[in-house]
Amino acid sequence: MNLNPREELAERLGLDRVPPVHFDSPGDVHARLAAHDYLSDEAIASVTYLADQLAKPVLIEGPAGTGKTALARAVADAAGARLIRLQCYEGLDESKALYEWNYRKQLLRIQAGRSEAAGAEEWTALEEDIFAEEFLLTRPLLEAIRATDPVVLLIDEVDRVELETEALLLEILSEYQVSIPELGTMRAHQIPMVFLTSNNTRELSEALKRRCLYLHIGYPTVERERDIILQRVPGISTALAEQIARVVRSLRGIDLKKAPSVSETLDWARTLVILGRDEIGNADAVATLHILLKYQSDIDRATKELLSGPRTVA
Amino acid sequence: MLNLLNDFVGELRAAGLPVSMSEHVDAARAIEVIDLTDRSLLRDSLAATLVKDGDHLATFYTAFDIFFATRSLESASDLLDEAGGAQTIDGGAGAERQGRQRGEGSGASSLSAQELFDLIYRALRDGDRAELARAAAESVTRFAGMEPGRPVGGTYYLYRTLRSLDLETMERRLTLRVGDKSDELDARLARDEAHARVEALKREIERVIRERLVADRGAEALARSVRRPLPEDLDVMHANREEMAQLERALRPLSRKLAVRLARRRRRRHRGPVDLRHTVRRSLSTGGVPLDLRFKPPRPAKPEIVVIADVSGSVASFARFTLHLVHAISSQFSKVRSFVFIDGLDEVTALFEGVDDPADAVARINAEADVVAFDGHSDYGRAFLTFHEGFAEQLTRRSTVLVLGDARNNYHQAHAEVLADLRYRAKALYWLNPEPESYWNSGDSIISQYAPYCDRVIECRTLRQLEAFVGGLT
Repeated sequence: MNLNPREELAERLGLDRVPPVHFDSPGDVHARLAAHDYLSDEAIASVTYLADQLAKPVLIEGPAGTGKTALARAVADAAGARLIRLQCYEGLDESKALYEWNYRKQLLRIQAGRSEAAGAEEWTALEEDIFAEEFLLTRPLLEAIRATDPVVLLIDEVDRVELETEALLLEILSEYQVSIPELGTMRAHQIPMVFLTSNNTRELSEALKRRCLYLHIGYPTVERERDIILQRVPGISTALAEQIARVVRSLRGIDLKKAPSVSETLDWARTLVILGRDEIGNADAVATLHILLKYQSDIDRATKELLSGPRTVA
Repeated sequence: MLNLLNDFVGELRAAGLPVSMSEHVDAARAIEVIDLTDRSLLRDSLAATLVKDGDHLATFYTAFDIFFATRSLESASDLLDEAGGAQTIDGGAGAERQGRQRGEGSGASSLSAQELFDLIYRALRDGDRAELARAAAESVTRFAGMEPGRPVGGTYYLYRTLRSLDLETMERRLTLRVGDKSDELDARLARDEAHARVEALKREIERVIRERLVADRGAEALARSVRRPLPEDLDVMHANREEMAQLERALRPLSRKLAVRLARRRRRRHRGPVDLRHTVRRSLSTGGVPLDLRFKPPRPAKPEIVVIADVSGSVASFARFTLHLVHAISSQFSKVRSFVFIDGLDEVTALFEGVDDPADAVARINAEADVVAFDGHSDYGRAFLTFHEGFAEQLTRRSTVLVLGDARNNYHQAHAEVLADLRYRAKALYWLNPEPESYWNSGDSIISQYAPYCDRVIECRTLRQLEAFVGGLT
């Protein structure tokens, strides 16, 4: 009863030893992610630490371009694990996500068998033979399960698959195993860290959510965004980074179709550095706004708002 | 701790968050592996295990703050003491003009009003967290006038404190200090920065008030009075400005999700019912055994929606939300026509045409629709008459009519017979009433006169109810 979650899972998977945790504390997560160019905040570090301790998948939601996928990549780097990525799209099915039988190879095997004298027992042997692991094409989910080295599994944009396809993921998320009718159940050889990302274009099923820890990554605070810029854009001055972060915050405060994401902020910062600016004036802002905003109506609105007179206190 | 968690989960459920059994278990496991003295780690861990929807986080944080406030009270006062100590130390080295006030840091109410304002201003200007916390605590002590044992939710105290502080002047002063440059962009940035800092102070004050209320009356009693409803459960008619903004924000993803869901449902239903005639014909070739089932081709069956909305003051926001939602998913209907009225009626369908964002169109309704004929008080009877005259001919067996309003007719004539005729012409007629059912037929509400001619009269006070209804239309 008092087994910790990792020990319990290891026992269930039949592992002879409990795979070691990757991180010692939320502080450790923060420090090691920072070493791999990812600035986490408290919530991110806490949830990552918790996911590691509890051996549970993390469902990351938030607006596009706030570093959801980057988090999984950074965790993989920091933990020294291999990143296996499954990009979801509408129409994704088992044969793309889990496994597929390599039927061409099976066919060749059968044909090769035919040339020899064929009998009934011969066929049974053959049947056993062609449904062996040798003829299995592993897809990302199965690959993550069968890996013997530490892996991080990233299931990207899970909200794109249909509700029914989500069910494919449930077994692997809660039990870390995959059932193949012809072969039986394949259990994980280690405990992979699993991240799922979602842009929240639809409600995910309760069953999926229940199996995951939930992490919402919103737009960063001004201070964090400034630090991100400083870390990711070489040769930028603190003052400029600060100013950029503030402009972006102001933009996000305006009602736009698509608010600028962190990655667009970084693009903008790089542009300004290349242009040799160390301060943003009106003219620069207007001339380069199209890097931050991707709709003409947004650009017009932002130009009007940013360069307008005093804010009308509603 | 497990009992505490149990109560906390109970509180979350009472606030409307769906917390399942297995999530509860996860939370219990989580608190076994984390360092419980780290408050923000505890908060994030509970959030990660118990809350599975970004929109629910605000509700969770409020509940958490109250529920675990008693523990934080001690640590917060520790923090304040530390901050006070730090101030006296750097007060000697720091600017001499501030030295006077800093020396008095320990005495809570010994500051004069002017000194308090200075303290707040400095805290805001420097963006110093510890100082901000102190300033908030001071202002609450001074202005909130909290009375022990009074069963209020704290909004009143917050209001009193903020009124006395006059933060708007403070915000302007801050803006002026930084924004002395002529550049508009800089000015705007300074304004936003000042605004953000003042907002942070407000949140801090709110937090202090809550902490003190918890200390006074206990977490559970307070939790009941300040329980913060989820955005989709907010009462649309009585939302304040902040809640309104929340609703606006919640509406956009809501309508998008609804559209995706409906489109998916339509796609999946790709064949119609069994076509008996065709099946029997086919069965002749197999000796009368219906081996090969034939299906009717899917019928598009997209309904036509006609919305007739009361946009007079009391129910205007509800009408806007509904129009927004209906038009956001207009691709799911074969046609959507919208009419708005107060005592005159005007068609606003054109406003929604060619607009990407229904919110823009909704905003234009006020300015452009011609809805006042006489005195600007709702007159349902007249509105129905006008509609009947101009548009009744166009209602067909495929039209679904939605009437939005509270049926408060200001004692005008009801003209329910007109509604009856509209119902007769249309496929269905639904009345969405944003008032709680218990208020119906009180005062000048005459919903009971219209109800017999409606297929259903639906109480529709929250986005959740609205979404459920609109989702069921197609």
